[in-house]
Amino acid sequence: MTAVDTKQDIQHWSDWKARMPKDWLAPAREAAMARFEALGFPTTRHEEWKYTSTAPIARQSFVAPSADAKVTAADLDRYLFAEQPGALAVFVNGRFSDSLSDLSALPKGITVMSLAAALESQRDVLEPHLTKHADYREHAFCALNTALFTDGIFVHVSEGTLVERPLHVLYLTTPSDDPTAAFPRNIYIAEPNSKVRLVETYGGQNGSVYFNNAVTEFVARDNAIIDHYQVQRESTDAFQVSTRQVFQTRDSNVSSHTLAFGGRLVRNNINTLLDGENANCMFNGLSVLRGEQHVDNHLRVDHAQPHCNSWEFFKGIYDDSSRGAFCGRIIVREDAQKTDAKQSNMSLLLSRDAMIDTKPQLEILADDVKCTHGATVGQLDDEAIFYLRSRGVSVDAARSLLIYAFAGESIGQVRIAALRDKLQDLLSERLHYGESLTFGRPFEYSDDFADLVRAADRRRET
Amino acid sequence: MTEIQSDPIEQWASSNDYKYGFVTDIEADSLPPGLNEDTVRFISAKKEEPEWLLEWRLKAYRHWLTMKEPTWAKVSYPTINYQDIIYYSAPKQEKDKPQSLDDIDPKLRETYEKLGIPLKEQEVLAGVAGASVAVDVVFDSVSVGTTFKEKLAELGIIFCSFTEAVKEHPELVKKYLGTVVPYSDNFFATLNSAVFSDGSFVYIPEGVKCPMDLSTYFRINAASTGQFERTLIVAEKGASCSYLEGCTAPMRDENQLHAAVVELVALDDASIKYSTIQNWYPGDQDGKGGIYNFVTKRGKCAGRGSHISWTQVETGSSITWKYPSCILQGDNSVGEFYSVALTSRKQQADTGTKMVHIGKNTKSYIISKGVSAQRGHNTYRGQVRINKGAENARNFTQCDSMLIGDKCGAHTFPYIEVKNSTAHMEHEATTSKIGEDQLFYCNSRGIPTEDAVGMIVNGFCKEVFAELPMEFAVEAKKLLEVSLEGSVG
Repeated sequence: MTAVDTKQDIQHWSDWKARMPKDWLAPAREAAMARFEALGFPTTRHEEWKYTSTAPIARQSFVAPSADAKVTAADLDRYLFAEQPGALAVFVNGRFSDSLSDLSALPKGITVMSLAAALESQRDVLEPHLTKHADYREHAFCALNTALFTDGIFVHVSEGTLVERPLHVLYLTTPSDDPTAAFPRNIYIAEPNSKVRLVETYGGQNGSVYFNNAVTEFVARDNAIIDHYQVQRESTDAFQVSTRQVFQTRDSNVSSHTLAFGGRLVRNNINTLLDGENANCMFNGLSVLRGEQHVDNHLRVDHAQPHCNSWEFFKGIYDDSSRGAFCGRIIVREDAQKTDAKQSNMSLLLSRDAMIDTKPQLEILADDVKCTHGATVGQLDDEAIFYLRSRGVSVDAARSLLIYAFAGESIGQVRIAALRDKLQDLLSERLHYGESLTFGRPFEYSDDFADLVRAADRRRET
Repeated sequence: MTEIQSDPIEQWASSNDYKYGFVTDIEADSLPPGLNEDTVRFISAKKEEPEWLLEWRLKAYRHWLTMKEPTWAKVSYPTINYQDIIYYSAPKQEKDKPQSLDDIDPKLRETYEKLGIPLKEQEVLAGVAGASVAVDVVFDSVSVGTTFKEKLAELGIIFCSFTEAVKEHPELVKKYLGTVVPYSDNFFATLNSAVFSDGSFVYIPEGVKCPMDLSTYFRINAASTGQFERTLIVAEKGASCSYLEGCTAPMRDENQLHAAVVELVALDDASIKYSTIQNWYPGDQDGKGGIYNFVTKRGKCAGRGSHISWTQVETGSSITWKYPSCILQGDNSVGEFYSVALTSRKQQADTGTKMVHIGKNTKSYIISKGVSAQRGHNTYRGQVRINKGAENARNFTQCDSMLIGDKCGAHTFPYIEVKNSTAHMEHEATTSKIGEDQLFYCNSRGIPTEDAVGMIVNGFCKEVFAELPMEFAVEAKKLLEVSLEGSVG
């Protein structure tokens, strides 16, 4: 937790500077690089980075990953859900892989391609949005990504298009001798009245050290729906900084789920700007950590217009000497009357050495609003364990059952049945309990889009 | 419906003259403005302080020179020129202190009569033996009247001005001064350590329960005098006391700096209850001329089973920067914090608490109520920290904000840091406004909107008022009503 001389540490990045792509974004990239050099890596003296030291990233020097990594379809298996999604896009070490991806099942009206390709063919669509939402002026990691990104996924859903089956985007990092760094840049643009469902999985083999600095920009136009899931299954020695910047206009509905299982040091920046009346957003998160893992979820919901609703729901399960941090800031601007913002952060500490720091914040400049936040930190209830044991359930099973119930509320929000099953498996793998537990779904939601909107209404009512 | 609603807000913005704004003309024995080592030496010499205290002040002053003014609080104000402040001013009567209430300068008494509280109340209370309030009046940095001393002395309780304590009980002062808020603690506390003028000292010996509420009324008087009080309260094993502090100040054009330090020490099974009503001049409608209130208050639950409780009602000052804290060092110790902060006009308050759990089975309880009106900004900033060794720590936090009008702001910045997995933490925060249906309900039963707003705000703050000693609870309610006065037609 010591402050780092960041100016010295960014020297490592001077080699990278030469790699800045010379495309039509060059002016933005130059500006971003200059900002990064001026800002340096944030230290724990930064209010926004109080609980997460970037020193391990700053001290490490990274090389660009090799282009000829051998990955076969079999390597992907463990990341896929039981039932194949609508389409699969695979990135290996930050580069789009044509051979592993399958985008044939996409319906009409949706354009999915690698950003590298889109930069050439979709400039008119990209120009108003790419680098315009994610703020590289204030955020060092975003600046670094903006300067150096080469590839990522580009999704453009045209007006009125409904994409019911999820698009699965898989980022795979292969083991290498030297630590590598990748800068995935994604952009999701949902035009008016369109609906799309996206799953991102970040995967890597345990033991390999790498750094993924991802930035994703979401644009949800009037009455559009984006339902997004990010499953983090990085190597337990990997660093990940993931920034999601959401821009929403009137009546749009965005939900983004963060399901963190992997990574040594993970920071999720999730920001949204509700810039139209009756825009809804929902951010759900579950972190299941053990060992030396550290996950920091950092949210900022900016209510710029009246009648918007936001809902943040983050849960964490911390075992061994893992560490969690949460910071959620709700900003209600002067004109944003009738705002309804809810936030909750619940943490379950399973071990003596686990730690959690939480910082829920409200900044409210309008008077006719309803804003609440809640934070709890606790352990498994001894009485509940005793109750289960008295009914012949073993200690391990009782603990697993209670942890499962705690996590279930989060997993229950996932609206893709196959993904939900996958997450349940991942969770029971983590519970130090031999048998796979099967439970009923905690919430009886149907998985269609209409229900997503109904759920938002329900939340508003309660 | 909307008409009823808009009324109080518009009216709220209308001028609401500060009731307690007046200046008493007592010739002060003041230093010229400015701060250097000589200022520190002058203050120390003036107070005939021992060498070690002067050294301590100088150490603080030298450390202060290396420090930067903090900027993290959510408040904005013009830069303070510390060389423009008068660091010492004492009423003339210092050398021959009044022996009884009758000896007190009539002008001073008049001042208090205008305030409608302290000395008048003292007289009344002096007449009524038994359950009564002992008042140590601090008037412009020097304590001029101390009552009930003898009665307290019988029990071995020391309740005197800080200067007196330094003279008469130097060993106690030396033992405890700076043990809770060290001279190097923060910018304003360090400044206070260098130039503190006076304050109160309370010592409750082992096993003694203080039979009455101890009280100090602070009052800033001479123009551009920063008041730098230093309060130290020590409760020995099994002792207990309740301390009251309240203040009102006359109207000023220049901003006045107030940087006080309060240190509480509670040993085994001791309990200290510290209540504050703060009603300094909040500045005019544009926030001009109000008091800058940068206070460091901290209590240390040093012993097993000790208990420290802070209660504050903050309605005054143009800027409040105040975090009464508890260091829960002893096993089974308990820290409490109850706060009502009201900001209107252009007041800014950044206030909250810090609960540091170090001992086993420690508990803390935080209730904070913020009310913002007109262009006031109210920030709750609190930290609850559970250290590694603090087994079975328990915390409950509730911070509620109420907004009246669309130009005010309410902010909540809690920090929860848990380093021990046996901790149980709960934190809740809500923000709301006075419901139109609530107002309508009151109106429909013949209660005018102004009274209804007062009732609702008082109800909102009830949990905190319940913690105040009787006299203060009445005053606090009155204060809120005064602050709400003129808010509706």
